[in-house]
Amino acid sequence: MSEMQKTIEIEVLRYHPEKDKEPHRQVFEVPFTDDMSVLQGVQYIKDYLDGSLSFRWSCRMAICGSCGMMINGVPNLSCQTFLRDYYPARVRVEALAHFPIERDLVINMEGFIEKLESIQPYIIPKEERTLAQGEYLQTPEQLNAYEQFSSCINCLLCYAACPQFGLNSSFIGPAATALLHRYNVDSRDGGKAERMELINSEEGVFNCTAVGYCSEVCPKHVDPANAVNQNKTNSAADYFLRFLAPKGGAK
Amino acid sequence: MKAPLKRSNAPIFWALFGAGGMLSALIGPMLVFITGLALPLGLLLPADTMSYPKMLAFAQNFIGKGFIFAVIALFLWHAAHRIFHSLHDIGIHAGTGAKLLCYGSALLGTLIAAYALLAIGF
Ligand code: SF4
Ligand code: FES
Repeated sequence: MSEMQKTIEIEVLRYHPEKDKEPHRQVFEVPFTDDMSVLQGVQYIKDYLDGSLSFRWSCRMAICGSCGMMINGVPNLSCQTFLRDYYPARVRVEALAHFPIERDLVINMEGFIEKLESIQPYIIPKEERTLAQGEYLQTPEQLNAYEQFSSCINCLLCYAACPQFGLNSSFIGPAATALLHRYNVDSRDGGKAERMELINSEEGVFNCTAVGYCSEVCPKHVDPANAVNQNKTNSAADYFLRFLAPKGGAK
Repeated sequence: MKAPLKRSNAPIFWALFGAGGMLSALIGPMLVFITGLALPLGLLLPADTMSYPKMLAFAQNFIGKGFIFAVIALFLWHAAHRIFHSLHDIGIHAGTGAKLLCYGSALLGTLIAAYALLAIGF
């Protein structure tokens, strides 16, 4: 490190369950250049200062969704957040809020994976077609109806942003609802009635108090709050009209 | 997530909350202005706009009754729901107690309003 080398302090929330009773903070001094992402900052720490630091990453280009962290208290992808926006102040990096910490910046996402499975995130064909019948065709409008909700990269920033998920982790939450909605409004899909049971349940959309922070932090403009709100209306309609059209959903 | 799913009865309260929110957004400020500012300060409206005979006639009219009932009941359900969820947000969790207190007072207010409006005659 030359004398002219600028440095920035990165404060990291550490937790090694085998030896730490609780998470604690540790400050590292990292050489700073103005093209460095926060992810590169923690990578420097791991490579040169403390090899035991754990965090997830892969693509470095806001695609894989694995590098989410709380950066100065705001959920963000560390690969698309730049140290220059904080320099010369210290940057605080912590594991995503509202999730159990597995180790350092790595969260345990088992609960989310279960939710993901529970929404049946695949097309349940409305009508079976043989290969000879060809592909399922869709108009641009039909594609439009769900495309935005299909851009989710499962980064879980929206869960870290959601105060209601923080209070009640059984809430199905923003991303899972957005993905559920993505399949429900797909013209090829016929699984809506099954998925609505989850939307209508006590784990469903009515846990949401329309805070909207989930959509604000979403790096892919999925707007999960929109999916949640649309499904409040769907669920209320289903609740009051189910006696008129008795099929599926109602339990 | 493994337990069988129980249908939430939230839509009832959510619908009342939504209706109350819509109504209060539309006419709440106007009502505050008329009853709280315009009449006491003698602005714009004739002084006897809310005199007893006029209000009695209003409350005895079918449409007037409906209006008064909707304003009282829906505003109450809206407030109850909002308070209930705010309690949850500050860490007083959605137990039966909080539920009874919030929605119970809205229900009580609704019943009293209905009773009073019927008692006042047509
Ligand atoms: S909805 Fe957005 S914030 Fe939430 S997991 Fe998907 S991409 Fe991330
Ligand atoms: S490393 Fe893939 S999204 Fe940041």
